[in-house]
Amino acid sequence: MTATPHETKNASRTAGIPFLLKTAFINAAIALVLFSLMVGIRTEAGSDGQLTYWARFGDLASLVAAVFGGSIVIELLRQWIGPTGTEKLVPASVQSSMSFVGRYLAPALLIFTLLVPVIFYNQRYILDLAILVLTYVMLGWGLNVVVGLAGLLDLGYVAFYAVGAYSYGLLATNFGLSFWVCLPLAGILAAFWGVLLGFPVLRLRGDYLAIVTLAFGEIIRLVIINWQDLTGGPNGVSGIPRPSFFGIPLDNSDDGLAAKLGIEYSPTHRIVFLFYLILALALLTNWVTIRLRRLPIGRAWEALREDEVACRALGINTTTTKLTAFATGAMFGGFAGAFFATRQGFISPESFTFQESALVLAIVVLGGMGSQLGVALAALAMIGGFELFRSLETYRMLVFGMAMVLIMIWRPRGLIGHRAPTVYLTKAQTISSDLVKEGHG
Amino acid sequence: MSGEPILSVDRLTMRFGGIVAVQDLSFAAERKKITALIGPNGAGKTTVFNCITGFYKPSGGAIRLTHDDGRQIALERLNDFRIAKQAKVARTFQNIRLFPGMTALENLMVAQHNALMLASGFTFLGLIGVPTYRNAEKQAIALATDWLKRINLLDRADDAAGNLAYGDQRRLEIARAMCTEPALLCLDEPAAGLNARESAALSELLLSIRDELGTSILLIEHDMSVVMEISDHIVVMDHGVKIAQGTPQEVRDDPKVIAAYLGTDEEEAAAVMESGS
Repeated sequence: MTATPHETKNASRTAGIPFLLKTAFINAAIALVLFSLMVGIRTEAGSDGQLTYWARFGDLASLVAAVFGGSIVIELLRQWIGPTGTEKLVPASVQSSMSFVGRYLAPALLIFTLLVPVIFYNQRYILDLAILVLTYVMLGWGLNVVVGLAGLLDLGYVAFYAVGAYSYGLLATNFGLSFWVCLPLAGILAAFWGVLLGFPVLRLRGDYLAIVTLAFGEIIRLVIINWQDLTGGPNGVSGIPRPSFFGIPLDNSDDGLAAKLGIEYSPTHRIVFLFYLILALALLTNWVTIRLRRLPIGRAWEALREDEVACRALGINTTTTKLTAFATGAMFGGFAGAFFATRQGFISPESFTFQESALVLAIVVLGGMGSQLGVALAALAMIGGFELFRSLETYRMLVFGMAMVLIMIWRPRGLIGHRAPTVYLTKAQTISSDLVKEGHG
Repeated sequence: MSGEPILSVDRLTMRFGGIVAVQDLSFAAERKKITALIGPNGAGKTTVFNCITGFYKPSGGAIRLTHDDGRQIALERLNDFRIAKQAKVARTFQNIRLFPGMTALENLMVAQHNALMLASGFTFLGLIGVPTYRNAEKQAIALATDWLKRINLLDRADDAAGNLAYGDQRRLEIARAMCTEPALLCLDEPAAGLNARESAALSELLLSIRDELGTSILLIEHDMSVVMEISDHIVVMDHGVKIAQGTPQEVRDDPKVIAAYLGTDEEEAAAVMESGS
């Protein structure tokens, strides 16, 4: 009895050809049914408005043949480098060099990031893109607290981004408060909304939690659209002040930073300043998250993700633990939102759609839930990669989707799926992703 | 020391809809003693446990916990995490509930959450790294290390709990419960799935908890060898009511227990009870 699973596993690996052909035939048959009408018959309006149609057997046959061949190839690939078998295939020497790379990747990336404005000083496009990537890195790190550490699936993260952006936008345009005063306020307000969202969803788990957070994101957006007196509705808020260098504006005036430093003014100064601003904010997020993980609250978040019932049996107040996770994640979202508002100078509800939430969540999942480096790499790949494929035009989404599917087959738990312990006696051993739970949703 | 029992359950009743799982159950657990709650499957033992540890709210009755200093706590009024936090009642689970993706050491650190939370000034002081928190963390690690030594898992401290052998996980769960520094330790079938050697090690661990630390223990157990060896007092339940109580010897000889526990086949009952002794 006990040997049966092993045998069947072996059988599926070795007894290939009949199995391969069977799968390929089934897939080809499905393709035939699907494409026979979609591709096989071409309809058009004739010269007198009547329907003309003709069959395209050649196209249909080549499509079905492609599916047949493709499914054989995919099945072979799946058997040889299946998702579970990858680690065994990698030789030990390669693995050790990988861990060497892994150790120095983060510092190397950080140094490179610090030098980006120096290297690409004259390339405005790259600087703008870098700022965008860093914004998403920050959002990813913020959401990582909620999804990656506490294991609470939040589909409405963009709500806090919006709260932060509108907090700064409205406070600055109505009361003339400066960016540096508004930044903490935006974080506090977003955290407040995080707690507010937290209360009703405390009892919810999994799919239900995801749906309510999704709805919350939409509610915030709809309130912004409809509360025209305050938010300007669909027209948004414009004329949001640009950030100043601690009170010194970055413009072409006599009081500007360039004039004070006695250098020639260039619009790039502001871009470089924004770059370092978002870098500092993102690094703050990272630093706080790393520290929080090593504090009791961070351990409680991870314990909550692993087993909520056990947490309660140990006297951990799961209510406040969840609320602090929501509030902390929301606060970083609020900071990022305030930055977004000051960078754009104009905000409207269109910037805060569900697509943004989905993108940030995709970054967290792709990066490996809970991994700071993984999230940064995923943000670079998602946002940077999206720009990279710009030349493909309409096929961009297709290529991108395929890349994501492939990565998720290759690494189902994200780019960096393993977990580093927060405390150790002798040696910090990474924990395989198989053991780490994904949370209750 | 107060002469009162640490835990006294008075006319505890638990109903799920029309089903009465526990009816008018009264018993007491002596201070610094090991009390066992036994009974056939479905007798309502785990329900009693869940009422005591706050996972269920009893339909009726009172559960009193009396601390060493005479402080009395009505457990039926506390719920959820407060029983562990304020009343200092720790528990383990029938199906092990460790944090599998965290190391053995981290599991024991999470158990000290409330103490560390205070020391870290509810995170704010810890975030800026004040020395009082760092000292508290060192102490917490020392306590965890001490427990890892006791359960003989010091060399596996940095391994993921999910990677440990089954018997080690059982012992780690007990250590984790003990790291909350409880007054009463409730164990739900700690010997389930253990082999004879592991059961013996478990008995030794529980006796050392009672004798060296003076922690009172309440346990549910099916393994008669463990129950008979370590219990000071045994309460026998069947169909939600108490049918007998007393010392292991008294319970073993009680015809009602033998009849209820193993059906009416007294020969079989005697055989199993023999093997347990």
